[in-house]
Amino acid sequence: MTVLATNLRRDSRTMEQAAKGRSLWDDARRRLFRNRAAVASMILLGLFLLAAIVGPYLTPDHYDTINKGDVWDPPLTNGHLLGTDSLGRDLLARLLVGLRVSLAIGVVATAVSLVIGVTWGATAGFLGGAVDELMMRFVDVLYTLPFIFFVILLMVTFGRHFLLIFLAIGCVEWLTMSRIVRGQTLSLKQKEFVEAARASGLSTRAIIGRHIVPNLLGPVVVYATLTIPGVILLESFLSFLGMGVQEPLTSLGTLISNGAEEMDLAPWLLIFPSLVMVLTLMAFNFIGDGLRDAIDPKDR
Amino acid sequence: MLRFLLRRLLVAIPTLFLVITAAFFMMRAAPGNPFEMSRKLPPEILAHVEAKFGMNRPLGVQYVSYLAGVAHGDFGPSLKYQDKSVLEIVREGFPTSLKIGLSALVLASLVGVTLGVLAALRQNHSLDYSVMGVAVLGVCIPSFVAAPLLRQVFASNLGWVPTGGLNGPISLVLPVVVLALPQVAIISRLTRAGMIEVLHSNYIRTARAKGLSETTVVFRHALRAALVPLVAYLGPACAGLITGSLVVEKIFNLPGLGKSFVLGALQRDYTLVMGVLILYASLIIALNLAGDMLLAVLDPRVRLS
Repeated sequence: MTVLATNLRRDSRTMEQAAKGRSLWDDARRRLFRNRAAVASMILLGLFLLAAIVGPYLTPDHYDTINKGDVWDPPLTNGHLLGTDSLGRDLLARLLVGLRVSLAIGVVATAVSLVIGVTWGATAGFLGGAVDELMMRFVDVLYTLPFIFFVILLMVTFGRHFLLIFLAIGCVEWLTMSRIVRGQTLSLKQKEFVEAARASGLSTRAIIGRHIVPNLLGPVVVYATLTIPGVILLESFLSFLGMGVQEPLTSLGTLISNGAEEMDLAPWLLIFPSLVMVLTLMAFNFIGDGLRDAIDPKDR
Repeated sequence: MLRFLLRRLLVAIPTLFLVITAAFFMMRAAPGNPFEMSRKLPPEILAHVEAKFGMNRPLGVQYVSYLAGVAHGDFGPSLKYQDKSVLEIVREGFPTSLKIGLSALVLASLVGVTLGVLAALRQNHSLDYSVMGVAVLGVCIPSFVAAPLLRQVFASNLGWVPTGGLNGPISLVLPVVVLALPQVAIISRLTRAGMIEVLHSNYIRTARAKGLSETTVVFRHALRAALVPLVAYLGPACAGLITGSLVVEKIFNLPGLGKSFVLGALQRDYTLVMGVLILYASLIIALNLAGDMLLAVLDPRVRLS
């Protein structure tokens, strides 16, 4: 009898230990940190972020300081680590500010698209029926439009206001997000645990907050990570066409655009900004892919 | 099928109408006007020029008369190019844009499908990893970075191709390559994913079990099915190429429509911007529709509703 009781107690202890286990998110984190490309990208991006936030305060020259004597200095001359541009402005200082602007635009515009996309998609998916039909048809229609033209028109119409770039791009990028969220909500809504929650008397609001939204988080985080480089690219594209961030403020796209024009005389003006741009985009893409593999292993 | 086509056409018309309306009023709300971009005109001359183009009428009247014109195929005169109609400008610029766009599409399909198939056949081997690495690079190197770099190397340094302008087919090589690069990346990814899925399906196992050669299995059986999802990419690919052409035509100084559009938007050439926008919007809508219909024809599992 006592032997049995001890055995039982031991069994229940092992059960407890086993049940502690790892949560879904622990599991995802472990998988993510095993992905070398993603980890390297996170380190690189962390450094870039730090440089973009702190860097501009540390450079001896301000990003718009004009040095008439130091026009087109090659890198490592006259105390300019990355050289200077046609007005003698220090490229390092400008690059740091450009990186800051591009990253800020990427994050803020993605946040705008996130809010619109998640709200739109979750509403359509959860309500279903005619409302869903109507809302998603609207998304379909917008999808077929040549959006770049509307962004260009927006830029032309409202002047080149810095804030507006965020808004305009955010308003363009929410479509895919809303589709993903709607699809997820539709399938989540029919899961047994939602039914169980409803049966146990949970209110609709509580179901959305407790069961739907946390389960949406995975795909949303993945897609948001992949949206940021898309936004940075779009902003740079606009800046390249002369409709984005205006001088003397700068962004990676503006720097590349200027660099491309003076490439014969001062190749460093193109090379360094391009390098930073490509590395940033790659880092975001690798992290996004790594997150997708980590959160949704069946996609691998 | 016919019902589907009709329904989609019925959606397409309001969509185009929406595009025209939004673009018309956005363009007019933009600060500045086409006649006073560089210097100020005396008010009486400005009034005269505006009257010449019917711009002294209320905006609503102008909008209706513009719509009526478009319905008759009349896109009006360009406001910046003297004595040229928008249609004439489109007719001059569009062939160049179409030529580089189509060539880029063909090139990207050939290279992308080849790379995608190779990667799928060697899944998780070094070849697969290198192809996918190239695909990541293709997405991460924007056209406005690739274009100046390639131009510097192959045009300025090596002198194999001209740096810009339109002088025979050789001058289109670099623009086409730059335009195709991001599409190669996307197409190879799509092909790889499709191939891997198909290669694991039962009928491929059957084909192998029948003793068919690997070439027959891959090319006759698998590739056909794997390419079906690519058809749906036709519309987005076209949109991507048009977007890319804005940059490529600027960098390589090609007299295409993309360049006209950007210049037109900056100079407030209302009618020109509207004309190009309507053309491109129709093109993308038509290609999306064509892609969906082709998909339904090729893949019986897709039901048109």
